[in-house]
Amino acid sequence: MTEASPAKAYSLHLGVIALLFALSFVLPDYHHGLIARIMVLAVFAMGYNLLFGYVGLLSLGHAMFFAAGLYGAGLSVYHLGWSVPAAFLAGIACGALLALVIGVLALRTSGVAFMIVTMMFAQVFSLLMLYFAVWTGGDQGLVVQQAARVLTLGGTTLDLTNPTVRYMSALALFSIVLLATLAVVRSRYGRVLVAVRENEERTKMLGYDTFSNKLAAVVVSGTICAASGAAYALLFGYVGSSFASVQYSILPLLWVLLGGAATALGPLIGTLFMYYVTDITSGFTSAYLLIVGVALILLVLFFPKGIMGSIRQRWLGWLP
Amino acid sequence: MSDKNGFFDLSKTTLSRRTALKGLAAGAGLAVAPGFVRYSQAQSSAPVKIGFQSHRTGIGAAYGRWYEKTSAAAVKAINDAGGINGRQVELVIEDDGTDPARGAEVVGKFATQHKTDIVFGTLFSHVVIGSAPAAGENKIPYFVVSEGHHVASTKLNRYVFQPGITDVKSQIQSMAPWIAANAGKKVTQIFPDFAFGYDHRDYLPPALKAQGADVIAQIAIPPTESSFTKYFPQIPAETEVIYHVMVGPAVLTFVKELGEFYGSSRPQLFGFMDSLEATDINSPGLEFLDGSHFWEGSPRYAQADDSPAQKAYRAAVGIDDNGAAVGDAKDVSTASHMFGCWETLYVVKKAMEDAGYKGPEDRAKLVEATEALKEFAEGPEHPQGPKTFNGKIHQCFGIQNISKVEGGKLKVVHKTKIEDGLYEAEGDYTTQAL
Amino acid sequence: MHFGPHLLLAALEGLVTSAVLALTALGLSLVFGVMRVVNVAHGEFFMLGAVLAWALSTAISGHPALGFVAALVIAPLIVGAVALVAERMVLRRLNYNPEATIVATIGMLYIIQQLALTFYGPEARPVEPPFSYRILLPWFGYSGYKLSVVAASALLLVATWLVLTRTKVGLLMRATQYDSETAQAFGIPVDRVYGGVFALGAMLAAIAAVLIVPISQAHYLMGQDPLLLSFIVVIIGGLGSLRGTLVAAVLIGLSDGIISMFFSPTLAKIIATLVVAMVLVFRPQGLFGTASR
Repeated sequence: MTEASPAKAYSLHLGVIALLFALSFVLPDYHHGLIARIMVLAVFAMGYNLLFGYVGLLSLGHAMFFAAGLYGAGLSVYHLGWSVPAAFLAGIACGALLALVIGVLALRTSGVAFMIVTMMFAQVFSLLMLYFAVWTGGDQGLVVQQAARVLTLGGTTLDLTNPTVRYMSALALFSIVLLATLAVVRSRYGRVLVAVRENEERTKMLGYDTFSNKLAAVVVSGTICAASGAAYALLFGYVGSSFASVQYSILPLLWVLLGGAATALGPLIGTLFMYYVTDITSGFTSAYLLIVGVALILLVLFFPKGIMGSIRQRWLGWLP
Repeated sequence: MSDKNGFFDLSKTTLSRRTALKGLAAGAGLAVAPGFVRYSQAQSSAPVKIGFQSHRTGIGAAYGRWYEKTSAAAVKAINDAGGINGRQVELVIEDDGTDPARGAEVVGKFATQHKTDIVFGTLFSHVVIGSAPAAGENKIPYFVVSEGHHVASTKLNRYVFQPGITDVKSQIQSMAPWIAANAGKKVTQIFPDFAFGYDHRDYLPPALKAQGADVIAQIAIPPTESSFTKYFPQIPAETEVIYHVMVGPAVLTFVKELGEFYGSSRPQLFGFMDSLEATDINSPGLEFLDGSHFWEGSPRYAQADDSPAQKAYRAAVGIDDNGAAVGDAKDVSTASHMFGCWETLYVVKKAMEDAGYKGPEDRAKLVEATEALKEFAEGPEHPQGPKTFNGKIHQCFGIQNISKVEGGKLKVVHKTKIEDGLYEAEGDYTTQAL
Repeated sequence: MHFGPHLLLAALEGLVTSAVLALTALGLSLVFGVMRVVNVAHGEFFMLGAVLAWALSTAISGHPALGFVAALVIAPLIVGAVALVAERMVLRRLNYNPEATIVATIGMLYIIQQLALTFYGPEARPVEPPFSYRILLPWFGYSGYKLSVVAASALLLVATWLVLTRTKVGLLMRATQYDSETAQAFGIPVDRVYGGVFALGAMLAAIAAVLIVPISQAHYLMGQDPLLLSFIVVIIGGLGSLRGTLVAAVLIGLSDGIISMFFSPTLAKIIATLVVAMVLVFRPQGLFGTASR
């Protein structure tokens, strides 16, 4: 990674945010809704990228953090009648707490064992959601009623089911997380994380407490994923165990690898790419999974560092 | 094996140029009629677009294929008879991957991109529940064919309807009197350990109790299980009836292993056809089912006393006397459920005609017109039997069949009455804003 | 049923699960151990084996045993060939980079699954067992075929073990596993060993599937559970340890059967998964693995 000039990097990312803001006014209805969803899920991917891309820890269990946010927010509205901001914070808190516990346990392992341990904890989480079906709705899930998804700020009420409000809420969350991760990875702490990825032993010898640094990364990553899950529950109104399944642990990995691991914009690009490939191909053939599969293999053969990673490698060395 | 699943031809049967032209002609003829004057010719002659949320991939794929066949047949029948309000009907199909998140996106796609008039056809409960918020927010009527109790529970929203198939609570309640009177008083239940199974777990015991019979054991099996023998010792020895309802690809194993476990000295068996939809009951290992009884929504095998409407329906959909695809005896249908697609489309037709439906701006009127419906008479539009409709809970009620496995076929031995399946409404959708 | 017979039944069921799991996991373990490749498509090779078994056994008329034996020979060969092609065309070009191979095998998973759905269909289809003999125990009946699966699997495991430890091919594989660069320097055709190992791993999964398909059925989504379970077995057993893989498979198979006697099945799965995860947390190298090299 060549040293980037901070101004260049920040202006690029502010530009992306401005572009997404402007798109809100020109996109046709369907794509407007789809991009809102993609931004929320890109937050999930960004949380994943922090751990996988920068620290080099490959987790196969991040669905549990997303789902912790989803259930934390959704159930506190559904059962306790909490307001949207309280529920959102509850979702984030659930994710942070879970990430702390899982981090302490799973970080005793590394490499392949870390993958499997996180996958198994996620499996336990998902089974627990099924086991407590009385409260969670189990595999069928629950609907968070439209009337409850209203945000009261001062005197104004914002209906989160309104497409524009939803788009702007998603964009706000996306922007905050994008700029925050950018700040984190460019900070001293971020460099320690990359050092852990490149050579953990040497980093340790240099006097860094790698365990605490990694644990902090797991917690931050889990919290960001939970924020995405909480936003998903409140913006789209459905809470269900399919979001806790293995599939939702593999998806962020896929998005990040496609977009480019350890790039700030990679998660967004990867999510966008996968969504549109699926959406467009499903329009003319029901065998779209075949096309997705072929696309994945071609990408990994010819753009092994993901889309943004390849761009950085070939053209824009300064890209964060 | 080029296009065995008909993936590529089904959507086209309803979209062929000939029917489209016919639609244009019919629409043009009606455009001059009173009431259509307000609209330009292009608008009024445009087809009614029905967004079909289909399980083409994922765990529901076996059902999705037959749901598409049945719906295509119903649309063809409706179009041949002049369409809806003189407009031809067009199905727009999107795959939801049997996934609730994708389901919600597909509903959004129908509402905002395809601009369909309604969304229709979902089976799996989690997809229905996951998609319901999107339907409510887009204010697009969403007609499901799911048999779940979710619609009638009034936990969804005013735009979701289930007018073409009864819900599982009603089905279970209708079965109890017959089981208690004919099969036995001590019942052991085996059901999948997820929401669909919980409906059976929760509604059967009180229904049997009312008939003087008891559930003596309840055995929940995780839906991911591929082997069942280890659960069978939990079946109490005094069991007179095993009430089984399993879904998913492993059901054949379930029956086979039950056979290996019991041999010829088995208790009575009563099952829900959900266990064996799209599966040949003469598959190796299923001999064990001979003499047992099943709930069927609509009979798979042609019966001696089939009504002309039932015969016409079977011919239109293309299933033979054994309930398999005409020309491919191995391609067994999902007869117990797919009739709901046919009947739902006719309910939509009726409601659209009652509402004088002209386009998406009339969706609220369509909701109210559907809620105003009271009953559907047995006939070509409702070949499974007569039904009543409760507009407050958006759910229909109808008759159920109990069939016996005899000589490798299913013979209907009892038909329940509509009243057997009625229950207290749990809420009222009509109080919600449109 | 009384406790004794119930336990016996649970143990028998656990053994059948273990037997099939051991074969499947062994394939994954070889690929993992020798090539350091996480093959996410392993479960799809399993599914492909079952689907081919159905196709072959329906194509061959006569006694069901004929079709079954044909499937047992031909299906693994076809699956092995598919795997070999995939390895040569994709994995080799990726230089076996761990992250890239994960994405590529996820791609393969989608492709194989979709092809199965398109050409085979969404239904679960049964295969007739080569013989159907019901063993009558004093308390319950049990399928004779199931017991024969345990025996067949044991034979195959012994054969694989002999190949690995007693033959030159096995020596090449072990050398590559231990240190591929040194092996290369000593003139071992590492490239061809990789191709062979990937195909062999897929074939083991396919054989396991052919054995199990008369008990359960062929279905295009059947590959997911074996994949997850195999991963767990491989890690618990310790990377590249044949003995560990076997013991872990028996342990997991049996515990699955026996724990479900005492708890509601979902709770049983929660407990079992949590226990295995904790074992890993406190013994990351697995039960039989040596500390990381």
